Amino acid sequence: MNRICIANGRLFDPASGLDMTGDLCIADEKIVAIGIAPEDFDADIIIDAGDKLVIPGLIDLNARLREPGLEHKGTIVTESTAAASGGITTVICPPDTTPVIDTPADAELIRRRAKQSAHARVLSMGALTMGLNGEQLTEMSSLQVSGCIAVSNARKPLLNNLVYRRAMEYAATWDLPIFVVPNDHALANRGCAHEGRVSNRLGLPGIPVSAETVAVATTLELAQETGARIHFQTLSSARSISMIRDAQQQGVRVTADVAAHQLHLTEMDIDGFDGNCHVLPPLRTLQDRDSLRQALADGTISAICSCHEPHEPDAKLAPFPATEPGISALESLLPLTLRLVDEKVISLARAIELLTSGPAAIAGLPYSKLSPGCEADICILDPEANWEFKAAELVSSGHNTPFDRWFFKGKVSHTLFAGRLTYSPRETA
Amino acid sequence: MTAQTNYFMSHEAILSVIDGMATKLDQFLRNRQRKNVAMIGIRTGGIWVAEHLHQALAIEEPLGIIDISFYRDDFTQIGLNPEVRPSMIDFDVDDRHIVLVDDVLHTGRTIRAALNEIFDYGRPRSVTLVALVERSGRELPIEPNVIGVEVTLQPQEQIKLTGPETLELVIGTQR
Amino acid sequence: MSAANLQLDNNNKLRHFLSIEGLSREHLIRILDTAESFLNLSDRSVKKVPALRGKAVANLFFENSTRTRTTFELAAKRLSADVLNLNISTSATAKGESLLDTLRNLEAMHVDMFVIRHADSGAAHFFARHARPGVSIINAGDGQHAHPTQAMLDMFTIRQHKGDFPPLKVAIIGDILHSRVARSQILALNTLGVSEVRVVGPKTLLPMNTRESLGVHVFNDIEEGIAGVDVIIMLRLQKERMTGALLPSEHEFFQRYGLTESRLRLASPDAIVMHPGPINRGVEMETVVADGNQSVILHQVSYGIAIRMAILSMTMQPRGETS
Repeated sequence: MNRICIANGRLFDPASGLDMTGDLCIADEKIVAIGIAPEDFDADIIIDAGDKLVIPGLIDLNARLREPGLEHKGTIVTESTAAASGGITTVICPPDTTPVIDTPADAELIRRRAKQSAHARVLSMGALTMGLNGEQLTEMSSLQVSGCIAVSNARKPLLNNLVYRRAMEYAATWDLPIFVVPNDHALANRGCAHEGRVSNRLGLPGIPVSAETVAVATTLELAQETGARIHFQTLSSARSISMIRDAQQQGVRVTADVAAHQLHLTEMDIDGFDGNCHVLPPLRTLQDRDSLRQALADGTISAICSCHEPHEPDAKLAPFPATEPGISALESLLPLTLRLVDEKVISLARAIELLTSGPAAIAGLPYSKLSPGCEADICILDPEANWEFKAAELVSSGHNTPFDRWFFKGKVSHTLFAGRLTYSPRETA
Repeated sequence: MTAQTNYFMSHEAILSVIDGMATKLDQFLRNRQRKNVAMIGIRTGGIWVAEHLHQALAIEEPLGIIDISFYRDDFTQIGLNPEVRPSMIDFDVDDRHIVLVDDVLHTGRTIRAALNEIFDYGRPRSVTLVALVERSGRELPIEPNVIGVEVTLQPQEQIKLTGPETLELVIGTQR
Repeated sequence: MSAANLQLDNNNKLRHFLSIEGLSREHLIRILDTAESFLNLSDRSVKKVPALRGKAVANLFFENSTRTRTTFELAAKRLSADVLNLNISTSATAKGESLLDTLRNLEAMHVDMFVIRHADSGAAHFFARHARPGVSIINAGDGQHAHPTQAMLDMFTIRQHKGDFPPLKVAIIGDILHSRVARSQILALNTLGVSEVRVVGPKTLLPMNTRESLGVHVFNDIEEGIAGVDVIIMLRLQKERMTGALLPSEHEFFQRYGLTESRLRLASPDAIVMHPGPINRGVEMETVVADGNQSVILHQVSYGIAIRMAILSMTMQPRGETS
C-alpha cells in the first residue's frame, strides 16, 4: 500500500515556485513525480483532488503533546492524531514535559512513542538548562545529535543574564538555535491578562507589555554580542515587533513566530471572564494585533504556530485567574491562518509559507516541500468548504478553545505523512 | 388583561360612604369602649380611605402606614414588589387599640399579612378592621367590623379603588 | 455570556448580584429605595420581616472577613432566612474540593442563595455561570474586581446625607489600584450621574490608563483633588503595600494623602467623609476627622444591613413559574 496518486489538484508550494494543476505521485514515503503521473505508475490509492488545494504538510513550531508527565491532558497518540486532522505533519514540542527533555534519553523516548503511533512527525526542543532550573547548562551537543532541533528554557526564567549570555555562546558553538519565549518574570508578577483597560476594569492582575519587551531587548543585545541564533516564540506586542524588525535589518540572526490566536483575538475577548481566552502571553490590544498582522506581511514574522496546550475540563472550570492558561489549538491553526487570507491581511501564498517553508527554515528541516525526492508530507484541503468549528468535536483530548461555533472557509480533506494517509474524510453512512 | 372596566362609584358617592363609615366606626368603638385609638392604613388604597377617617375621627397621632410586601404569603412565588415603600408607624403599638383600614377586603390574605406585620411592632390591645368595600371571595376566616359597601362579584371580576385626588371605584374583568 | 447579562433575567429583574457593571440607573435607584424600607426595622420589637422565611442563605467566604460576613448574616436573619456560615480558607480548597464541587454539594442541600467572597477576580461570575436555575449568587467581594454591596451602601449613605446625585463632586482617595470597592463605587457614581468623580493617589496606587478605563479625573495631589468636593471617600491602605515596592512608608502616605482637618477645610463646607472600614487612624485620616461631625462612617455600617437586606430580597428568585 505505498503508491499513491493525488490526482488533478492545484499543487501549490510557493517556496518551491510550484503552482499548477496536476497530479502528485508518491512511492515509498517520497514524492516521485509532480505534474503528470508517469505512464507506468500503478497507484494503490488514487485521491481525487479536483477543485482542491494540495500544499505541503504543515509544520507547527510549538505544540505541547503533554506526554510524558501530563497524560490526563493529552498523549502523543491523541495529539498527533489531532495534528493530522489539522493538516499538520510535523510537530515540535517544547522541552517542559515531566521529566524535562534535558538528556538524549528523554528526546529518544518521545521520538519512539511518536513512531509507534505514527500520525505525525514529532520533534522536540531540548532544554537550555538542566531541569529548566535556569542555572546549569544541558549537554546541548548531545541533545542536538539525538535530534533536538533547538534548545529552549520554555517558560522558566534563567538565573541571571550572565548565564543567559553563556548559554547563547555555548549553543552558538553548535549552531543550535535558541527558541525564546520572551518574558521578564518579575515584571509579569503573576499577572494573567494584558495590563490595560480590560484588566483594569475587571480587576485582573496585569502583565505589562514591558514584561515582553524588556526580555526581547535583553535577548537582542546579547544575541548581537554573541552571534547566537535566536528565534522568538509567540510574540504579543507591537513594541517587540518594532525592536525585532530593527535588529533583523542590522543583521542580527533573529527570527520570530506568532500564535494563530494572537492574530485574531484581543484583550476585549476576556470580557466576561472567559477562561478559554486565558493564554500566555496574554491577548493584547487591537493595535498590537494589527502590528502582528503587519509583521506577517513584511517578513519580520516568518512562521505561525499553534501554541497548542490541551487541558482537561477542570483546568478551565475555575475563576479566570485560577484557570490554567492555554488553548487546544492544533485544529484551528490552519483555519485561523486561512481566515487572514479571507480578510486580505496576507495572500494565500504567504499564508502557506508561514505554515510550511517558514517554520522549516527556522528549525532547519528538509520537510514540507512539494518536490520530487522529498518526504511525502502533504495536506489536501477544500478551499471553498464552509464549516462550523465545534469544541465538542475536537479530536484533541483538550476541548479548551475560544473558537467554538466560529465559521471557517477551507477544510482539510486529507493529510499524508511520509506517504501514509493520516487523515481522510469520514465515510458517509 | 382586563377586558372591560366598569365604573362603579364616583368620588362624591365614595366620600359620602366614608362619612357614613366614620359614624359607624365611632359607634362601634364606643360600644366596645375602645378609647384613644390609633389608626393604620394599608398601602396604597387603604391609606386614602384612612386619611379621611383619620380626619373625621380627629385622631391625634399621625396616621400609621404599612406596606405588606414583605409579609405576603406569596412572596416566594412572585418575588419582591418593585414598588415597595417603607412602613411608618410613629407610635407605640403596645397595649394600644388599633383601627386597621383597607380599601377592599377580598380573600383576607392582605389583612392576615397586615396583622402579622403589626404584631412585629408590638402587642396591640385590640384591632378593629375597617374596609371601604367588602366583596365576595373570602378564603380566610377574617371578618370586618365596619364596612362601607358590600359587593358580590364573579371570581374573574375585580374591584379597585383609584385615587388619591379623585377617588373612584372601578370593576374590571380579567379574561 | 457577558458579565452584565448574567445578573438579569428575561424580565430585566435581578437574579444574581455580581457587579455594578451592567445595571442601569433604574436598577440602582430601586435598590436604594427598597433599602429605605428596612431602615427603621430596629425601632420595632420584632426586628424581622418574614420575606425569606424557609429560604437558606449560605455565606461562602474564601477570604476572611468578620465585618462583611456578620452584616450579611444579620441581613439574612432579619429577612427570616436560615443562615449557613462556611469559612473556607484557601488552603483547605487547595487540598480538597474544587469550587464547583463545593457549589454542587451545597446546592444539593437546598441552599437558595450564596453570598460569596473570594480572592480571585471573576469568582462570583464563575459561581453564577454554574449555579442551578433558581439559585442566586451575591458577590461579597471578588479579588480586585468588584464589591457591589459595599458600593451600594456607600451610594445610600451619600443619598441620605447629600440628597440627589447629579450636583455632587466625589473624591476617592488612596489605593485605587488594588481596591474592588473603588471600582464598584466609580461605576455606581457614574451610573447615578454625579457631576464628577475624582481619584487621588500616588502613581503606584493608580491603575495605568485610569482615566480612559474607569471614567474619572486623576489627581496625584490631595489638595488639588479634594478642592470643593462634596463627598470624600478614603480607602483602606493595606500593610502589604509597604513591602511590594509600591509605597515607602505609612508615614509618607499620611504626609501626602492623609485626610487632616486642614485638608478637609479645602473641600466644600458640608462635605461628608466616608470610609469602608476598618480605619487606620493616623494613616488614612486624623482621629479628629474620623470622629468629627462631617464623618458618616458609623452610619455606613448601619446602612450596610438595610442595603444587604434590600439586595437579598430583590435577588431571591421566585418559585412561581415551573422551570
